[in-house]
Amino acid sequence: MNLTLKIWRQAGPSVIGKMETYKVSDISPDMSFLEMMDVLNDQLIRDGKDPVAFDHDCREGICGMCSMYINGQAHGPNRGTTTCQLHMRSFKDGDTIYIEPWRAAAFPVIKDLSVDRSSFDRIIQAGGYVSVNTSGNTQDANAIPVPKENADKAFDAATCIGCGACVATCTNSSAMLFVSAKVSQLALLPQGDPERELRVLRMVEQMDKEGFGNCSNTGACEVECPKGISLENIARMNREYLRASVTSE
Amino acid sequence: MATLNSRIPEGSLGEKWTNHKNSIRLVNPANKRNIDIIIVGTGLAGSSAAASFAEMGYNVKAFCFQDSPRRAHSIAAQGGINAAKNYQNDGDSTYRLFYDTIKGGDYRSREANVYRLAEVSANIIDQCVAQGVPFARDYGGLLDNRSFGGVLVSRTFYAKGQTGQQLLLGAYSALSRQISKGKVQMYNRHEMMDVVLVDGQCRGIIARNLVTGEIERHGAHAVVLASGGYGNVFYLSTNAMGSNGSAAWKAHRKGAYFANPCFTQIHPTCIPVSGDYQSKLTLMSESLRNDGRIWVPKKKEHVEAIRNGSMRPENLAEEDRDYYLERRYPSFGNLVPRDVASRAAKERCDEGFGVNKTGEAVFLDFSSAIMRYGKTEANVQGVKNPSEAQMQKMGEDVVRAKYGNLFEMYEKITDDNPYQTPMKIYPAVHYTMGGLWVDYNLMTNVPGLYATGESNFSDHGANRLGASALMQGLADGYFVIPYTVGEYLADDIRTGPINTNTPEFEVAEKEVKDRIKGFLNSNGKTPVDEFHRRLGRIMWDKCGMARNEQGLKSAISEIQALREEFYRDVKVPGRAEEFNPELEKAGRVADFMELGELMCRDALERNESCGGHFREEYQTEEGEALRDDENYAYVAAWEYTGMPAEAKLHKEELVFENVELKQRSYK
Amino acid sequence: MGATGLFLCLFLVGHLAGNLQLFIGGAEGQLQFNEYAKFMTTNPAVKILSYLTYFSILFHTVDGILLAVENRKARPVKYAYNKPSANSSWASRNMAVLGTLVLAFIVVHMSNFWAQMHWGEIPVQISGPDGTLDEPLKDLHTVVLGFFNPAENSLALAAALLYAFAMVAIAFHLWHGFQSAWQSLGVNHPRYTPLIKGAGKAFSVVIPALFAIIPLYLYFTQAA
Ligand SMILES: Cc1cc2nc3c(=O)[nH]c(=O)nc-3n(C[C@H](O)[C@H](O)[C@H](O)COP(=O)(O)OP(=O)(O)OC[C@H]3O[C@@H](n4cnc5c(N)ncnc54)[C@H](O)[C@@H]3O)c2cc1C
Ligand code: HEM
Ligand code: SF4
Ligand code: FES
Repeated sequence: MNLTLKIWRQAGPSVIGKMETYKVSDISPDMSFLEMMDVLNDQLIRDGKDPVAFDHDCREGICGMCSMYINGQAHGPNRGTTTCQLHMRSFKDGDTIYIEPWRAAAFPVIKDLSVDRSSFDRIIQAGGYVSVNTSGNTQDANAIPVPKENADKAFDAATCIGCGACVATCTNSSAMLFVSAKVSQLALLPQGDPERELRVLRMVEQMDKEGFGNCSNTGACEVECPKGISLENIARMNREYLRASVTSE
Repeated sequence: MATLNSRIPEGSLGEKWTNHKNSIRLVNPANKRNIDIIIVGTGLAGSSAAASFAEMGYNVKAFCFQDSPRRAHSIAAQGGINAAKNYQNDGDSTYRLFYDTIKGGDYRSREANVYRLAEVSANIIDQCVAQGVPFARDYGGLLDNRSFGGVLVSRTFYAKGQTGQQLLLGAYSALSRQISKGKVQMYNRHEMMDVVLVDGQCRGIIARNLVTGEIERHGAHAVVLASGGYGNVFYLSTNAMGSNGSAAWKAHRKGAYFANPCFTQIHPTCIPVSGDYQSKLTLMSESLRNDGRIWVPKKKEHVEAIRNGSMRPENLAEEDRDYYLERRYPSFGNLVPRDVASRAAKERCDEGFGVNKTGEAVFLDFSSAIMRYGKTEANVQGVKNPSEAQMQKMGEDVVRAKYGNLFEMYEKITDDNPYQTPMKIYPAVHYTMGGLWVDYNLMTNVPGLYATGESNFSDHGANRLGASALMQGLADGYFVIPYTVGEYLADDIRTGPINTNTPEFEVAEKEVKDRIKGFLNSNGKTPVDEFHRRLGRIMWDKCGMARNEQGLKSAISEIQALREEFYRDVKVPGRAEEFNPELEKAGRVADFMELGELMCRDALERNESCGGHFREEYQTEEGEALRDDENYAYVAAWEYTGMPAEAKLHKEELVFENVELKQRSYK
Repeated sequence: MGATGLFLCLFLVGHLAGNLQLFIGGAEGQLQFNEYAKFMTTNPAVKILSYLTYFSILFHTVDGILLAVENRKARPVKYAYNKPSANSSWASRNMAVLGTLVLAFIVVHMSNFWAQMHWGEIPVQISGPDGTLDEPLKDLHTVVLGFFNPAENSLALAAALLYAFAMVAIAFHLWHGFQSAWQSLGVNHPRYTPLIKGAGKAFSVVIPALFAIIPLYLYFTQAA
């Protein structure tokens, strides 16, 4: 396949970027999207040009590092797929592909397609944990039975990879899906119960501080989330938040 | 340089750890506030250690090269984590887990370490559950288990095919909690470039801020490396693109011994290579061998037909299939250990029975499991005389619940639906048992420098059993090193903060900067990846699943030549003071080229076959690995001398007091 | 937002019930409508409700605009190429625009009738179908009819069309807003959410449609 790529180039955080056009040829449909990017970078390096910086690590859809906005969609056109899992067979010979970084005030660009998502870490630091000592002097694991249904739902919420596609795709750059996934996971488990009020209040406060937008329930995040994190989690977080706001002292 | 003292405590196997904990020196809580610890790596081993140290009161600085500690490659572990809980009441015990691990490792690991691992394994599960890790549960609300290769009990805890993710997020949350308290300072997008020794003790590191390119000095009273494995020396592996051996290699260059570097694990069930452009390989969890059956056609004509697409594998008659693992190893069947399964696949493919175009693939087939589950499910749901289609459907649902995400992953990569047609799989590099040599306290031979998790060599001998790496990482981080570090730090309570304005730090910093300059100024033409690919090819062909003397010797000289070419011809674009992924890669590949050479040297030295190390010269008549316990029951710990091929060998003899050394048999 | 939004939906239902009385023709209709109008301006319970409504509109508007401003700031650099239609409805992404249209309409609408009713010079109805009334009533009915009567108001057609158009904006606002409000309030359940979504769609079509028919009906019946 031969392709035309329009890629966002930005030398650094405080520099103004712009779209540049590149051509790649002989791309196999079995290549992954990032392998196609490798081919481009190989070509750029050999031509003495600056390769395109982009984030990636596991290349199997689990680390959450890859983050490209491809043809107007976070992680590209396929559902339930991270950028690294996208394969070139989803495109046609002669296509023009637009590639941009996640765009949000809370995700400043580091270089080209690479953005800084440490705001997500700070939200988790605000309360996305159970305050248990790492001593191992806990009770036996089976002393805390958890109804399978809740365990499964908590697991589904916990599969969030923290990629930020939800923010990238949201017209408001809202981080609600990400935050609600963690709040839900811990709200669904007895282990998370003692801190549930404080947790949701703190995490939401931090989320707002980071400069994410507000959720208006467009539902785009759920559609684009590579892990299928459900909007039910956002509703659950709204519930938790209302409850905590009303009951907190 | 110090001699090898493994510091194994006195007493019977079952008492060693308890005795040791009772007699180990402690640092009092007030003094812990004056002690700094650096942890390089935030995978299971690093995050858990960082959180635990901080909790105990030490000041911690943690480093990772990813943009968040949550993205360490532990996140990708799929299948599960072992623990001797005996919840299934199938006869499991600490001893049995110990024994399975020693045997699985082909008797090349330390008894005392392995026993301790088995002892603390149960605690790990308690800890993780308390943190809110959502393990799989049964309808009664209790924890569920599955089986992994090389064992006859069900002791593996799991969270679908995302166990590593859930465990790491648990450790990450514990770490986050300490970061918010200010007890851990987290350095994301930072790469450790070197360790700094002062008077023979490790007192800090040099790190590069990957965003700004700034070179930073960080002092500490102890440094813990939890930097993962070095499987990427093979270029293609199931490791993440950024996984590297550099942290460990830098430590090695500064005096830490590298143990058993040639012990690499080739995992039998990975998605086969599809083309030259391939950048990494994807694992299909070992847990799939609980339900999947591995086969190739019995007849060459069928192989041909399947390769050229004129026959669908699902249509090949039962009697024309060779379920070769079940045939060769009736008692363990598809659940033989990884090294055995990998070699068996290679053997079939070498004989010409490989089922894809490259001839390097075998089938992993779920059809009988789907039907079996479908039938049970039909009974449960009260469907009398279910049709084939109904059973298929219900069975698929059961399989989806167990392995859904793996099947999806497979389908995304290959565009084949594994519910309908068998998966194609082939062995790939997955894990490195070798690593920095450590004593019972997990300290390397360099005082104050520790290694945990996959970066050390400690527990898995010549072959790691499935679901044991996660166990080891968390055991090291939560339950071992928080105690054992006291033994060393007790001497440091009056040292005061480590001054980084010393000649030692200065020299180390300068070396790092010079090396970076060297890469950037090399006026070559060839991108780093190409060298990495070529190195990988050499390693895979000559130091991979099967090795022989001649091949290893030629590998060593090829690597040396490649290294020379690399420094002459590599092209690293960009500047030092910016975000520059190519520069990062250059440093890592340069280190791999030295490490690879040492691996070949080690493989050449070990004139036996054991576990993942298979020397063609040493095999039984049936083609099984032939160990030589008389001459090689030792840990090979290599000392850096300037040239990897001329590294100096130190031997730690392995003493087996509690198990009898036997030819491993899974028949 | 959710609570006020849903409250305003309730208000819409009440308001519509009143307005539908305009379909009753003749003197009976006139009396019933004017009595209703009087009731609405004087009854203490209704007063409370109406203040709640004013408050809701105000809060909903102010909060809505503040949120929208924050949301714009949350993405300073826009995508060069974006395809939001792949994952969300047009209405959901344009709530602020739609809301502003609605607000503009509310202002116009209130100055047309509400201000007249409260402060304007308004004709008085003295007699109903059964003879003289005990007490004269403000004749809002005549005002409304006159407003949409081309013989009395040269802009009647424009007014009718404007009112109908505003209802289209409300319809879109509610197409997303109705179900969204439940989600904001934390109500999302695999069994009930589909029902809520269905009800929301029905609500957002039926209510504005009925509203919209009234001015058109008044215009065309009187123009003929
Ligand atoms: C695909 C896959 C599936 C697996 N499945 C299983 C399984 O089911 N069960 C099981 O038990 N094991 C499994 N394993 C093995 C297991 O996941 C790993 O061995 C284990 O997670 C390693 O953990 P770690 O903490 O030692 O290292 P890692 O998780 O690899 O972490 C390494 C850390 O070090 C950091 N780092 C490295 N170098 C530097 C440097 N120079 N400077 C700064 N930071 C650095 C990285 O940023 C990272 O944070 C699997 C492995 C793979 C690849
Ligand atoms: C008859 C009048 C109105 C009704 C019935 C109404 C109803 C609703 C409802 C039900 C919602 C969904 C709330 C939620 O999801 O939490 C909503 C959202 C919204 N409304 Fe209105 N609204 C009206 C007028 C207005 C006005 C005048 C504005 C002002 C500009 C406005 C601006 C918005 C905005 C910006 C949102 C989206 C914000 C969000 O969902 O959080 N609306 N409206
Ligand atoms: S919720 Fe989905 S899209 Fe958002 S960060 Fe998590 S995995 Fe990514
Ligand atoms: S690179 Fe890890 S999810 Fe894509």
